[in-house]
This record gives sequence, structure tokens and C-alpha cells, in this order.
Amino acid sequence: MSKTYYNPDDLRKFGEITEWSEELGNKFFDYYGKVFEEGALSAREKSLIALAVSHVVKCPYCIDAYTKDGLQRGITKEEMMEAVHAGAAIESGATLVHGVQMMNKYDKLSI
Amino acid sequence: MALLKSLSARKNDLSKPENQLAFLSNGIFREGKLPLFKDKIAESGNFPLKPKKLEVLQLNLGYMCNQVCSHCHVDAGPDRKEIMTKETMQQCLEVIKTTKAHTLDLTGGAPEMNPNFRWFVEEASKAGIKDFIVRSNLTIILANKKYHDLPEFFKKYNVHVASSLPFYKREKTDKQRGSGVFDKSIKALQMLNEVGYAQQGSGLKLDLVYNPAGAFLPAKQGELEKDFKEALKEDFNIDFNNLFAITNLPISRFLEYLIASENYQDYMYALVDAYNPAAVESVMCTNTISVSWDGWLYDCDFNQMLELKVKSKVQHISEYNEDLLNDREIRISQHCYGCTAGAGSSCQGTVA
Repeated sequence: MSKTYYNPDDLRKFGEITEWSEELGNKFFDYYGKVFEEGALSAREKSLIALAVSHVVKCPYCIDAYTKDGLQRGITKEEMMEAVHAGAAIESGATLVHGVQMMNKYDKLSI
Repeated sequence: MALLKSLSARKNDLSKPENQLAFLSNGIFREGKLPLFKDKIAESGNFPLKPKKLEVLQLNLGYMCNQVCSHCHVDAGPDRKEIMTKETMQQCLEVIKTTKAHTLDLTGGAPEMNPNFRWFVEEASKAGIKDFIVRSNLTIILANKKYHDLPEFFKKYNVHVASSLPFYKREKTDKQRGSGVFDKSIKALQMLNEVGYAQQGSGLKLDLVYNPAGAFLPAKQGELEKDFKEALKEDFNIDFNNLFAITNLPISRFLEYLIASENYQDYMYALVDAYNPAAVESVMCTNTISVSWDGWLYDCDFNQMLELKVKSKVQHISEYNEDLLNDREIRISQHCYGCTAGAGSSCQGTVA
């Protein structure tokens, strides 16, 4: 057994998930491929969204993959970092907006 | 980071082509984790790889260069003294007069640093070759007063200029090619525009060559061209015709970088994963002959740097015979995956 939960080489094996469930695996990869095609949003814009989400869901494989994807597309490091901040702002906002729930509960319980 | 000296001057093991070839055949390839290039092209019936119609004659006028770029597959630099002599140039001119190739492509190093460069361009232009390319690193134009008139000189002989510019931003360009390279390149491009290059109706062609500044593959050529055009026009009022996206091949200084940065294995996986059989059909070595500074013949510029001479009875420009050469078998190794990844890669950009 490996000594860490994450191994960078495992990203390369992602496609192998299809081996244990061919239909679902194929459906996922077809969907995934379709999502990242040029559409109403450019492939470049989608790459930046994917990078931001990768950080929010804290997926090291996705961060490696979309940093490299961004470099290939000529996305600058300033653009990448702004995307990460956009993700981080939503994530911290999602935490902080629960502060309202805390305030509501506090007020309800207090005389 | 940009370097100060070539592998050759540093006496690095990788300055010897046999060490590079051994490295490219060992490790992941010897262990069978990745297929040998030979086996991969055999899957689509392309082994042995054979030439098609000869289109490009590429001459390397020498390895001397005013820059020491970190990705350079030639290992060029100011410390390289290999320069094509006038005698070899004469032999090349004889071939240029009779070749069926429609494109003559001069490269280096910085070809302009060859002391007989201008004489050779004048003579070669008389042969009436359809497309006459000089690969210029741009900064040479500003490197010394004697080069300042190169844009005018290129214009006079209707030379098609293909210039390297890794990115439209300063930081990435300077990191790959050396401090100050970006500003000089921009100035040189403006000088070329001023004499008419890439201006409507002038007929003077100016193309840019993009290669990734790191261990990743280029994006689609068309998308990159659009980004470069918009950025260079808006920021510097620069025009150019086409952008060629070139993949960095894992040889020479780029191989050194891949190994030192622990990116070699991932990069080779990326190249093999992106293997495109359609690119093999029109890979550069099937329509090109590359001639070294000392007149030896190769399937491409990369094989030249690996000292893999053509597999033919004819191996030197002095005994050049196009029919015999066209019957050869192209020499390959694992570096060839660089030309067959994605949309393919050649000195003229993508191929598939």
C-alpha cells in the first residue's frame, strides 16, 4: 500500500475507473468532454472556472491538471490567481453567510 | 531560467548525442511503461517511416547565437564556434539551383551571425526559390550596429522572416530567452513592420514561432495566434502574418531542463498520450532535408542535433542526390513523439 492517500501518478490512471463500471464511466467521460468544448463560454473561460472549482473542492489532481491546461492555453498566472480568489471568496462567503443563521439563533434564544 | 553557457561549454553529459539517445531509450521506455516510437507508428502501418515529396531544404548556417535560451535544441550560444564555411555554402548553392524543394529555410544559431550570411542570401535568392525563409531570433537585429539594417536587407531579397517569440508578455519570454529579450524582440518586430513586413500589399511575410515556456504542450495554433495578434496589436501596434506553434522536443537543453525539474516522465507521458497518427502522415521529416553547418544531411534539425545522419548512400551535401535520398528510411527515436503530439509539430507549425 502507498503511504499517502494522493499519488500524482494516479491522475494518469483516471480513465481506468471505466474498467469497473464501463457504462457509467463512459457516460461520465463523454459528459466531461462535452462540458469543456467551446460553447456559449470559451474553452479558455471554462478552464479558469475549472481551476477555481478545483481549489474550492481541494482536489490536488484537478489543480495539477487545470494549472497545466491554463499554461497550455496561454492563461497568465495573474488570471489564474484571480480565478482562485473568486473561488475562495465564494467559499468564504458561503461560510460567513451562515453567520446570519448564527445571529438568528442567538437572537431567538436570548431574552 | 535563461542560461549563460551551452551544454557543450559546460561539458555536460547531455552535450553528447549518444547520451541523450541512451537516456531516451532507457527508463520508462525500457521498462515497457511507454511504447517505443517505432512500435507506436507500426500500429498505424507507418514503420518504416519513408519520405514523401521533398518540399523544404533546411540549412543550418551554424550554432553560434547571441542568446542562450533554456529550451534550445541546438545548444546554441555565443560559445559555439561551428559555422558553415563559404565552401560548404557553395556546395549548398549548387543543390539549391536544382532542388525540387519549393522552400529554402535558413536556420542556426543565429544565421545572421555567419560572416557570409548576406553573400549567401544574395546568391541563393537568384535561384528563384518560391519561399525563402530566414529564422531570426529578432534580438540579433539590435545586438550590434552592423545588424541594424537587417530588416531592409531581408526586404531587398523578399526573405520570409520567421521569428521566435515565446509569449506576448515580458516575463515568460525573458525567463526562457534571457533578460531584456522581450523588449528587444518587440523593437525588432516594430522595425520589421516599419519596412513593410506583415503590412497589407507588401508581400513581405513575417511569421512568429511560439514554443511553450515550460514542460507543457502548446494549445491550438489558431487560438494562440488570435491571442498573440490581439495582444501585440493592442500593446505594441505590431502586425504579423501567421503563428507557428512548435512543441519542445525532449533533447539537448530542454531535456536537461526536464530532467532537472523532475518533469521528464510526465512530459513523455503527455507526448505519448497526445500521439496522433494523422500527424505521422505529414510529419516534417517526410518533406524536409536538413543540412548541418559542415554539410552533413539529416532527416530533420532534431536528428541533426542528435547526429543521426540520413540512412542513405548519400550523406553529404557534396554528393547530394535527391532521388537517392528520397528512397531512404527516416531515422527515429523517442524524441519523435514531440512531432506527433496533438496537432503535430514542425518548423512550419502544426501539421494535422
